[in-house]
Amino acid sequence: MAVAARAEKRPLSIGTVILWVLVIAGLWSSYIRFTQGLGAATNLSDGRPWGLWITFDVLIGIALAAGGFTLAAIVYIFRLERFYPLLRPTILTAFLGYGLAATAIMFDLGLPWRIWHPLVYWNIHSPLFEVAWCVMTYLTVLALEVSPVVFEKFNLKGPLNLVRAITIPLVIVGIVLSTMHQSSLGSVFLIVPYRLHGLWYTGILPILFFVSAVAVGLAMVIFESSLSASAFKHRVKQGILAEVGSYIPYVLGLYLVLNLGALVVSGDVTLLFEGSVASLLYLLEIIGGVIIPIVLFSMPSVRQNRKALFRAAFLVIVGVLLNRFNVSLFGLGGAVYAPSWMEFAVTAGMVSAGVLIYMFTINNFPVLGGSSDAH
Amino acid sequence: MAVDRRDFLKLAGASVGGLLLSSAVSEQASAVSDAGMAETDVSMLYDTTKCVGCKACQTACRDWNKTAPEVDSSGIYDTPQDLSGDTWTLIQLYEEGPSWSFVKHQCMHCLDPACVAACPVAALQKSEEGPVTYDATRCFGCRYCMIACPFHIPKYQWDTNAPLIRKCTFCTDRMAQDMGPACVDACPTGALVWGNRGDLLADAHARIAENPDKYVDHVYGEHEAGGTLAIYLSHVPFEKLDFPALDSEPLPKQTELAMASVPGIIVGMGALMSGVYYAKSRGEKGKEA
Repeated sequence: MAVAARAEKRPLSIGTVILWVLVIAGLWSSYIRFTQGLGAATNLSDGRPWGLWITFDVLIGIALAAGGFTLAAIVYIFRLERFYPLLRPTILTAFLGYGLAATAIMFDLGLPWRIWHPLVYWNIHSPLFEVAWCVMTYLTVLALEVSPVVFEKFNLKGPLNLVRAITIPLVIVGIVLSTMHQSSLGSVFLIVPYRLHGLWYTGILPILFFVSAVAVGLAMVIFESSLSASAFKHRVKQGILAEVGSYIPYVLGLYLVLNLGALVVSGDVTLLFEGSVASLLYLLEIIGGVIIPIVLFSMPSVRQNRKALFRAAFLVIVGVLLNRFNVSLFGLGGAVYAPSWMEFAVTAGMVSAGVLIYMFTINNFPVLGGSSDAH
Repeated sequence: MAVDRRDFLKLAGASVGGLLLSSAVSEQASAVSDAGMAETDVSMLYDTTKCVGCKACQTACRDWNKTAPEVDSSGIYDTPQDLSGDTWTLIQLYEEGPSWSFVKHQCMHCLDPACVAACPVAALQKSEEGPVTYDATRCFGCRYCMIACPFHIPKYQWDTNAPLIRKCTFCTDRMAQDMGPACVDACPTGALVWGNRGDLLADAHARIAENPDKYVDHVYGEHEAGGTLAIYLSHVPFEKLDFPALDSEPLPKQTELAMASVPGIIVGMGALMSGVYYAKSRGEKGKEA
């Protein structure tokens, strides 16, 4: 394999140095957070109890990791095995995304040492209870889905065959769990009809969260493969990425219809024309993150061009990112809030750590280029 | 390729359809309500026309619950500005031209509380007698209750490294000793009384009927968010006193629908994925043969 070539290509670039600096800044902020508490480390308050960590690390981290279950469904359930070369890096990203979310929850919980409480103290009516269970179980599923990479590396035939044997049930469980919690993250905001702005509050919020997660999951597959292509000199066939891109207009189209349909049905569509900051944010999200990408991904010329495809995928990602910010921060009534530098540092540090772990894994384990086995 | 794309659309369509269907099916299940049971719940009635703003209630609350005073710059006076981790009830003054009023803020103790539905570890619970109680040993600090509460009542101990949610307890601990809530027992003017909810509501409506010019014709908390144990009479419009305009639908109803669809999603999505897998696998075998 091309491991040697990759190792040569692995310089201690300026990028890697920056990532390490961010990780260290994040560690310092973590120290403050865990020794002095949330009040000292964050700008959260009684008027703004959820901030950057919940929005970015948890909501966005989990949405961007949706490529894991989407691609697993495409490859294993729909048996479209030509997408297999994309699967391992995507599953790895999903695993790291959920790892990020789980770690961020430890930072955000006031009493993180009680993170296991949902296991014993139940409230089945709480969307957050469901999310907690799903994230815990799905993280386990993802770990198992990633594990062949490790088993192959160390040539552990026994465990490898065991995981292979349960791959299909595992994938199905992963899809069910993902459907549940991707949508439930939207359900979390159903209980705040008075607090959440009418442009985002709708009874179908869970469905919107789920559909947008599928769209952004596919976009992340393209985004990541493109980055890997330049970082690791590993290119998958453009045709495959183009095909992933060709699915996106359908998913985003469905999202658009549901989103606008809900606005029209509720009558909140009038809020669009009030010229408020909220209406601008909504338009930015829908036009920039949904409508323009639908047009772009529908154009064969865009799909066949690596850079154009990358940019279109990037728009979808920014759109979903903005959507989660709108739902959980900008559109959610409460005190004025800007994250402290420590909140930023923790988030940036965790994302950087994720990228470093990703690079390390790619460089040392058989993630890219598919597996050597019969696939 | 075209076929594959159609399959993909089927997947997307079926997923969304499943979500829609299961939420429709579950609608009946969530329509169960326990309103009407609240007549005999403990309750308190606050009347702005009788409050003189002495803040004895605030001090009594502090004394009983041993919360720390929030002193001003002189270091002498306890002057909390808002409800907080240390201040669970607060008298505020509303003043606009010649119109003014005192108002007491505290947990409304909803009949069907959003915080109780939201709390993932069931730390917040609705007690037998009515008040919304908090079990500090369960809470892990997610603060979803603070997001969920339409009255913005639960507050957090931001300054400590082992923070808890804090709010009015309705002095359930005093009631266990046959005492009334500390704030009610301290009120010298009868602006604050307690009793069972049915009686207090009747009393409130009687007061409005006796003095229709004196009061706004509305008993706040009778229906808001499905009804609350803390009910209010006022001589100025309630929105002036920072009471949100809420309809009578309890907030947990919004979430119940989605949560009741979860079993449908598990079964539906699981069956769908298994079905597609077997159909696809058979198709492949057919091709090979």
